[in-house]
Order: sequence, then C-alpha cells, then structure tokens
Amino acid sequence: MKLIYVKNLTVARGGMPVLEGLSFDVSSGEILVLRGPNGAGKTTLLRTLAGLQPPYAGTVETAPDAVAYAAHADGLKTTLTVRENLMFWAGVYGGRDIGPALRDFNLDSLSERPAGNLSAGQKRRLGLARLRVTHRPVWVLDEPTVSLDVASVDLFAAAVKAHVASGGAAIIATHIQLGFEETVFDVTPYKARMDVVRDDFDEAFL
Amino acid sequence: MASIWEWANPRKFMAWTDRALPVLSVVSACIFVIGLVWGFFFTPDDYRQGATVKIFYLHVPSAMMAINIWGMMLVASLIWIVRRHHVSALAAKSAAAIGMTMTLIALVTGAIWGKPMWGTYWEWDPRLTSFLILLLFYIGYMALWEAIENPDTAADLTSVLCLVGSVFALLSRYAVNFWNQGLHQGASLSLDAQENVADVYWYPALVAIAGFILLFVTLVLLRTRTEIRARRLHALDMRERVQGQ
Amino acid sequence: MIRLFWRDLTLAFRSGGGFGLGLGFFLILVTLVPFGVGPNSERLMAIAPGILWVGALLACLLSLDRIFALDFEDGSLDLLATAPIPLEGVVAVKALAHWITTGLPLVLAAPALGFLLHLDSAAYRWLIITLLIGTPALSFIGAFGAALTVGLKRGGLLMSLLVLPLYIPTLIFGAEVIRRGAGGFLVATPLAMQAGITAGSVALLPFAAAAAIRVALR
Repeated sequence: MKLIYVKNLTVARGGMPVLEGLSFDVSSGEILVLRGPNGAGKTTLLRTLAGLQPPYAGTVETAPDAVAYAAHADGLKTTLTVRENLMFWAGVYGGRDIGPALRDFNLDSLSERPAGNLSAGQKRRLGLARLRVTHRPVWVLDEPTVSLDVASVDLFAAAVKAHVASGGAAIIATHIQLGFEETVFDVTPYKARMDVVRDDFDEAFL
Repeated sequence: MASIWEWANPRKFMAWTDRALPVLSVVSACIFVIGLVWGFFFTPDDYRQGATVKIFYLHVPSAMMAINIWGMMLVASLIWIVRRHHVSALAAKSAAAIGMTMTLIALVTGAIWGKPMWGTYWEWDPRLTSFLILLLFYIGYMALWEAIENPDTAADLTSVLCLVGSVFALLSRYAVNFWNQGLHQGASLSLDAQENVADVYWYPALVAIAGFILLFVTLVLLRTRTEIRARRLHALDMRERVQGQ
Repeated sequence: MIRLFWRDLTLAFRSGGGFGLGLGFFLILVTLVPFGVGPNSERLMAIAPGILWVGALLACLLSLDRIFALDFEDGSLDLLATAPIPLEGVVAVKALAHWITTGLPLVLAAPALGFLLHLDSAAYRWLIITLLIGTPALSFIGAFGAALTVGLKRGGLLMSLLVLPLYIPTLIFGAEVIRRGAGGFLVATPLAMQAGITAGSVALLPFAAAAAIRVALR
C-alpha cells in the first residue's frame, strides 16, 4: 500500500527553490533514508511532506492522517513530567495508552521526572516516544539520532523496525547507518538550478 | 492583452511605469502647484477666518488621502491574498509610508489651523483622535513589514494585519464618535459641498485634491519600482548564497 | 483540545508567572497612579474607570507573547500544526487559557483596586460586568497579535505596537459603560457594542491568527 506519493516536487525555502524534480513513493513496510550535505534541503523537504509548508511545484499525496512529524526540537514542556508530556500528545491524537511508548524507549523509570531534568539524550528519546502515541503510519523524522548514545540509537532503530514491521513506514533524514533494510535517496542531484526561469509571470524575483 | 492582471507582471509593470512616470510626474507637479497657488494666492480671504482658511488646501486633500490610501492598501492586500501578485503586495508596502505622511500632514495642518479657530492646537475631538489612531495603524503596519525578513511571509502577514486592522479602524472610528462629540465641523467637501463652501474656494480645492491624488499615484509607482528592484536584489543575493554553498 | 486547554493551564501554574504576574502588575500600576496625579480623592474617583481599564489592558498585554512564543521555540507549535486538531481550535483554546490565567483574575481583583481609587459605589457593578465582557476580547485580539509576531526576534515590542491600537474600541466602550453607570445613565449601547466586539473577536480572530501562524511556520 502506498502511503506517500510524491511527483515532480519542487520545494522552496524562503521563496527560493532548493530541490526540484523529486519523484518517489513510500509504501507500508518501507524505510526511506534521505541523504545529502547540510543545507541541501532535507529539512525543507520533510516539512513539505509533513504539510507544514506548501509545495513550490508538483504534488505530494498522502493517505489522510498518515504523517507524524518529528524535528530537531522535541516539543517538550520542561515543567511537565515525562508521563504528562506523553499523555498530552496521546490525548491530542485521541489515545490514552502510553505504556508501550514508555517501554520501547526505556523511559519507565523516568516517567515521573520533569522533562526539564532530563539529559539531552533522554529528552530526545521522549520526543521520539511521542511518535508511538500518534498511531500514525508514516514517521517523518529529521535527524532523529542527534544527541542519542549508542544504546539509545539501538533502541530507536528497534522502534522504527517494529513500527515498519507492523505496516508502518518511515522517511528519515540522517547521516548515520542505522542497520535497516532501507531505500537510500540522495537528494544532491535534485538541487534546484538557479539559472532557469520557472514562472514566467513572477519571474522577476527569482 | 487578455486580462488586466497582465499589468501585475513585474517586468510589464517596470516597462509601462518607465514610460508613464516622466509624463505623470510633470502632470502631477503642474496640477499640484496650480491647485496650491490658486488656493493660496488667488482666492479671497474668508470674512471670518481671514487668510488662515487657506491651509484648507493642504489640510483637506491630505486628510482625504490619508483615509483613501489605507483603502487602497486594503484592496492591494486582498489582491495579494487572492491572486498572489507580488507587485500588489509591494504597492501596498509603498503606499503605507505615503499614507503615514499624509496623516501627519493632516494632523499638523489641522493643529495649525485649530489654534486660531478653536484656540487650541490639540483637542481630543473625534476626528482628530481618529487620525491619531490611523497614524498608529500605519506605524504598526510599517513596523511589521520591517520586522519580517522573508518578503513573502511579510506580505502575507501584513495583508492579514491590514484586513483585521481595517475592521478595527472602523470600529475605533465609531467608538471615538461615541466617546466624544467634538467641535470639528462636518466634512467640508462632500457631494453637496457647494452648500458649505463657495465656488471660489471649491474649484481650487478640487484642483488641489486632484494634485494630491496624482502626487500619490506618482509616488506610489516610483516607490513600487524601488521595491521591485529591492526584491530583485534580494533574490540575486539569495541565489548567490545558495550557489556559494 | 480539552487536553491542550488543561496543559496550558498547568503550564501557567507551574511556571509561576501565570496568575501572579499580571495581577501584580495591575496592582503596581494602580498604586503608582495616585503618586502621579496626587491623592485628591475626587480626582481619583473621576479617573478611576479609565485607570482600571488601561491597567487591565496593559496587564493583559504583559503575558501575551507567551501564548505562542514558548510553543514556537520548543517546537510544539510545529507538532500542533501537524496534529489532528485544527489550528483555529488551537488558537481559540490558547486564547481562552490566557483569559483564564490573566483576564479572569483581573476581573476578580478589579473591585479591590477600585476601592483604592475611590471608585464610585454605583460603578462597581459595571466595572465587573464590563471587565467580564471585555477581557475575553483582549485575550483573543492579543492572540492574533501574538500570532503575527510569532518567531520574530524582538517580537514583544512590535506586538505591543500592533495590539494596543486594536484594543482602542474595547477600552472606549468599557470605560464609557463604567462612567455612565456611575452617573446613573443608560449603559445599554456601549455595553452591547462591547459585547459585539468580544463576540466578533472570539468568532473570527482565531481564523486570522491561525492563518498567520501557518504563514510563520512555512
């Protein structure tokens, strides 16, 4: 089953196209890893897939309510406990059960600690545990392993594998090898050309 | 020449304004000067107010423009929101500074006129207060343009502000009327204006108003051209930065 | 959305600034005014409605930038924008939470402060009623201003510049109701106008604010 279908997509940052002519699709059970140098536009692409910004050109089709997005910032409230943070996001997505998420990311022993007391890696794990309570099939992840130690990276990789095995999918921008059976998608060749006129009407600004 | 929106193409806009502006500048300068000179030197003094009445030729047109320029910005903002023509958003941006200047001129000339008329430079009269509020709206609008780095984001957000601000400006106008019935005379110029103002004052006033409108059109075109060039420069800069990586 | 509401309230409590800050500011402002204009009780009585309303306005403004800025900084706003609740609802809920933590305490504290300013005894009723009707508009208009400036450096100052002119009608009608009420005149018209502004702001501004946030996140 195709969960995300991207056709001839151009994404822009600050009104300037950064990647163009992207076409790919992601089916359930698939992991797509985006690679490319810093500033290539991976974050912009992921934000477009998550629906935070409109495509500059081309189309992104996603199954309804399919995408769960996680970025550099974890969206945690430092004065709420780990449990409260997770309960909030579970509630937003219409669920109550946060047990599995706590277990998968080894947060059980931390559940009553305020999120502000956690180390950077623990915060990251909590941010990723949020994905489990969204119950959405496609995880769109931007550099998820930043500030995770080796053990935590393994936890994360295991969680992604379990998610994908149960019919989900993941699109991940990362530089490290996570040991998946992944499809690698290098965005470098799609760098938008600057010397072509795309839109004859408002050409003057680009 | 299929649609009027063709004029909103930046390149077309630059081309036709390039041809129109010299003529327009000369015409508006002439009309402006004729209106003011006629008004200042070739009208009789008022039997009650003496020569002070002549500040009318600055005060009334600038006050009218102050309000109408906000209306023009509202229309331009709507066009940007609906049709995404960059020139429209930039025209709204260009108009704001002129509108603010007109509001200031109206306030200052009003104060100068108010001293001999009412014995005070400033009174919290509904009309005066409304213009002060309008000035605040102009300042807020321009400040928002300046604060946002990305030009498209700035255009979007200022357009939303212009829309919401228009509603609240109207509400303020009503509220201020309610709050204090003032001593300002009713509008001196309206469709039945001849009843208020004698012909000898009325004709030069019309010319002065036409002069102000033309002046505004000239300035807004000029400033929009500047803004378009600034946008091109910004785009070039962005392009170089992206390519430099 | 109910969860979001409770979360915002909890956050306001735990960070300690929620109820206290606005109220403290209101109290200080009202205390400062007699120092500025002199202790003459008749003069204070005359300006009390205006001072109380302006004070409420400024106290409300003080906590506005927290509505969205904190959520923007820690990434919650991105996540909320991709969550299955409409962004308009997010704005409305957050504005409501802001009102409960800022506006409502002001309404409750205003009579005590009115006492300090020798407010006319006939005016207390109207003071509470106008603040109760008017302060939700302050929160919703403020949420719109906060949405316009979310993510901007030094957005706080700019936001005051944008929001305060929008507060003018609410202020005028609010103070007018108290003045008329104290004088024993009819208050129906300004009260209805103020209720209208509040109703309109609550109904429409979340849409404008949500549009602004979408643009800012883009």
